[in-house]
Amino acid sequence: MFAYILRRVLYAIPILIGVNLITFALFFMVNSPDDMARMQLGVKRVTPEAIQQWKAERGYDKPLFLNETSAGVAQITDTIFYSKSLTLFAGEFGRSEDGREIGREIRERMGPSLAIAIPTFLVGLGLTVSLSLFLVLFRGTWLDRTGVVLCVGLMSISSLFFIIGGQFIFARMLQLVPISGYESNPLVAWHFLILPVTVAVVAGIGSSTRWYRTLFLEEIGKDYVRTARAKGLSDTAVLFRHVLRNGLIPILTGVVVVIPTLFMGSLLIESFFGIPGLGSYTIDAIAAQDFAVVRAMVFLGSGLYLLGLILTDLSYTLVDPRIRLK
Amino acid sequence: MSKPLLQVRNLSLGFARRDEVSESPRIVDALSAISFQLHAGETLALLGESGCGKSLTALALMRLLPQQARFQSGHVLLESSESGVRSEDLLRVSEDRMRQIRGRRMAMIFQEPATSLNPVMRIGEQINEVLRLHRGLTTAAGDAEVLALLDQVGLPDPARAAAAYPFELSGGMKQRAMIAMALAGDPDILLADEPTTALDVTLQAQILDLIRDLQQQRQMGVLLITHDLAVVSARADRVAVMYAGQIVESGPVAQVLNQPSHPYTRALLASLPEKAIPGKALTQLAGRVPPLGSWPMTCRFEPRCAIREPHCLEESPPWVFLPGAETPHEQHHALCWRVGDDSTAPVDAGEPLSASTQSTGSPPVLQVVDLSVRYESASKGLLYRLRQLWHRAEALPSSPVVDAISFDLRPGETLAIVGESGCGKTTTARAILRLIESESGQVILDGKEIVGRGIRPAKGWRRDVQMVFQDPFASLDPRQRIRQILSEGPRALGLSATDYDNNALIRLLDRVGLPPEALNRFPHEFSGGQRQRIAIARALAVSPKVLICDEPTSALDVSVQAQILNLLQKLQAETGIAYLFITHNFGVVRYLADRVLVMQSGRVVEAGNTEQLLKNPQHAYTRALLASVPVLS
Repeated sequence: MFAYILRRVLYAIPILIGVNLITFALFFMVNSPDDMARMQLGVKRVTPEAIQQWKAERGYDKPLFLNETSAGVAQITDTIFYSKSLTLFAGEFGRSEDGREIGREIRERMGPSLAIAIPTFLVGLGLTVSLSLFLVLFRGTWLDRTGVVLCVGLMSISSLFFIIGGQFIFARMLQLVPISGYESNPLVAWHFLILPVTVAVVAGIGSSTRWYRTLFLEEIGKDYVRTARAKGLSDTAVLFRHVLRNGLIPILTGVVVVIPTLFMGSLLIESFFGIPGLGSYTIDAIAAQDFAVVRAMVFLGSGLYLLGLILTDLSYTLVDPRIRLK
Repeated sequence: MSKPLLQVRNLSLGFARRDEVSESPRIVDALSAISFQLHAGETLALLGESGCGKSLTALALMRLLPQQARFQSGHVLLESSESGVRSEDLLRVSEDRMRQIRGRRMAMIFQEPATSLNPVMRIGEQINEVLRLHRGLTTAAGDAEVLALLDQVGLPDPARAAAAYPFELSGGMKQRAMIAMALAGDPDILLADEPTTALDVTLQAQILDLIRDLQQQRQMGVLLITHDLAVVSARADRVAVMYAGQIVESGPVAQVLNQPSHPYTRALLASLPEKAIPGKALTQLAGRVPPLGSWPMTCRFEPRCAIREPHCLEESPPWVFLPGAETPHEQHHALCWRVGDDSTAPVDAGEPLSASTQSTGSPPVLQVVDLSVRYESASKGLLYRLRQLWHRAEALPSSPVVDAISFDLRPGETLAIVGESGCGKTTTARAILRLIESESGQVILDGKEIVGRGIRPAKGWRRDVQMVFQDPFASLDPRQRIRQILSEGPRALGLSATDYDNNALIRLLDRVGLPPEALNRFPHEFSGGQRQRIAIARALAVSPKVLICDEPTSALDVSVQAQILNLLQKLQAETGIAYLFITHNFGVVRYLADRVLVMQSGRVVEAGNTEQLLKNPQHAYTRALLASVPVLS
């Protein structure tokens, strides 16, 4: 078990370096340091000197990967890639182009992101699993068929519709909640959170319910379920004692992997509801072509995703006795 | 005679289908007027090929039918366990009442112990569930009872078995645990649906003994569903033969097997390889059970019947009672117009076989010398290698799966390898074909060494040795048409295009008895026996000198097995091909093999001429193996 985790962590390092390299290369191909300087300085004041000075202040005057003017190790260390990208491994995110410290920004914005993501995740999971079990219990009846049609309907509607529709009805017409914004005081925060969480849950409910229903139905067709019924167990006992646990195994793969990435927040929901979380931070950074922030967020995201994959494997050993990690 | 525990009267059920043409819903017959009785302490066997409705009958008694099934008529009367209380009709009681009966009055064990247990629940908990439900025990009291039950079914370490998950037990142990679970509710009736089909011969005998012992202790009525005539003969008191959703003959086992009166029963008996007359091909029953929905209106067996007459098409056959029964319970009867018609006595005997093809003088086509195979015990991952470097140690020695076995195979000869599963039969075959790496030893095919130290055989060697696998449902690519399946081999081996053009493929299909239209179909459109014919055609497409057959008939019904065995005989006579035949069925060995190798734990323990070895086995293991085979009395 320990050996397995160690091996997976070791495998993660080259993957992260690769992710880093690709983001770095993509960003600098689309957008050279000169372009970045022009963008930041504004079109009017641009002179070659100003650009040079902007680059020198931020360390963008160095070569990308290999510094031929330096000697020894400095040939590699005195480059943009080394000083900007590889330092991420040490947890140093550096500063954004407007001079703020990215690490501090991430710590501050994590709270609002989690305040949306965790309730969305828990309520969504509980609700979809219960709904799918409900449909499975009434399989083959009109209730089941109506449920599936509703799920497909929900899947087919863009989440943008739910966001704008929700804001219009509950905030504008009924004036039950504010349209957008955030407050860090927990006593007030729920007021701002209830609409975005509801919208996020409703937007995801259709596809998950339909998928989980299929998984449970597949389990119900298996031989051991017939055995359980032959014992004289009631339908609900068969469903909750036998089918649920087996059906949860595949559900777990899809679910555990996203738990660490909950930190990253939701791009869409946070931007539309004005939540100062990591999701809106990323969107804003992309719009402002702030390479330092994008780089940090991509690194953080891929690291958390890899963590999620390792957690998925570990969680398998908890629910499925047949799986042992070596 | 006491009142029967269970009386099934005129049970009929059908499946709701949509008509393919008119789209209107209709009911397709699946079981027609099934009637039988089961007494306490008695074993009634339901016998028949797959698709005849045996399992469906058992599931109908338990009311565990698939959703589209509809009861049409009949009664299933279960005698009450208290005296003086009237029997209940299981087709008419509420679902709640039925749940009290399932597991408590009637318990069921299934064919596949591997899939019939909940994979993520401990064995003890699965049994305890029944105890809590039907006997009102607390979990703690149940745990003690679980151990007692597991001990009763002969598991060596009940505590360990109770704490185990199904995947931690072997197939035989799982089936024992299933039986313990069925016994937990102390049922009066045990429905055993092919309980030993998925198990080895030696295990089969043990499990059947166990069921019989428990039955005698508890005076249970057992409904034993099987397709194996030998099992019926050894374990049942009475037998009901089913064909296409009907019982066609029933009576005491000795009478039905000694004086079979329905042509279907006769044909089944005659197609057993044990019944083969030396020098004659097996009597084969042509065709197969017609699929649901296309059963003939009058006699359902008529299209396959050897003794049919015009009258059979006009009127449904009557039940004919045979003389000799002292009580109604021992009544022997058959559903046929021609029962007792003496001219029908023997079914037409098989065609004479062509003379033995083996040429004792010629040099062997396949020589295996001291072949050994060993599986690595641990993974060869990065950390494993680092640890190995660290400790400067070699991998732990694992025991060999195949341990220095040697044999010769001559052209036109059939050599059978027999033994329990896990003895290394299949591994030997795979090593010969270089499908797995062997540790040491040599394999010489037609004078060329194909397995040996540092040997890389010349391209195209696979042309000379081909294999037919056990499960025809899994061994053909489901996305390829038969044309591709057959032509892929010759094309890959670079044979000339005329060897796999349309005419060549049609000739190939003709040799295995399939029509030319088969070329453009997919495997799923064929029955098990037809698929095995396709698998044989695929192997023959490159005209090999040696064909390795790995249990090619063990997934098939007896009548289909006879067809395949006759086909293999015929092909050998035509081409002089040599067979290496892996099997655990001694009837097949007797019929087909010239010589036999008996394998145990990777070693050959006995080898010799088939007749001598079967008549006069020398090694204790061979004797034990032969003793565990149920034999038709």
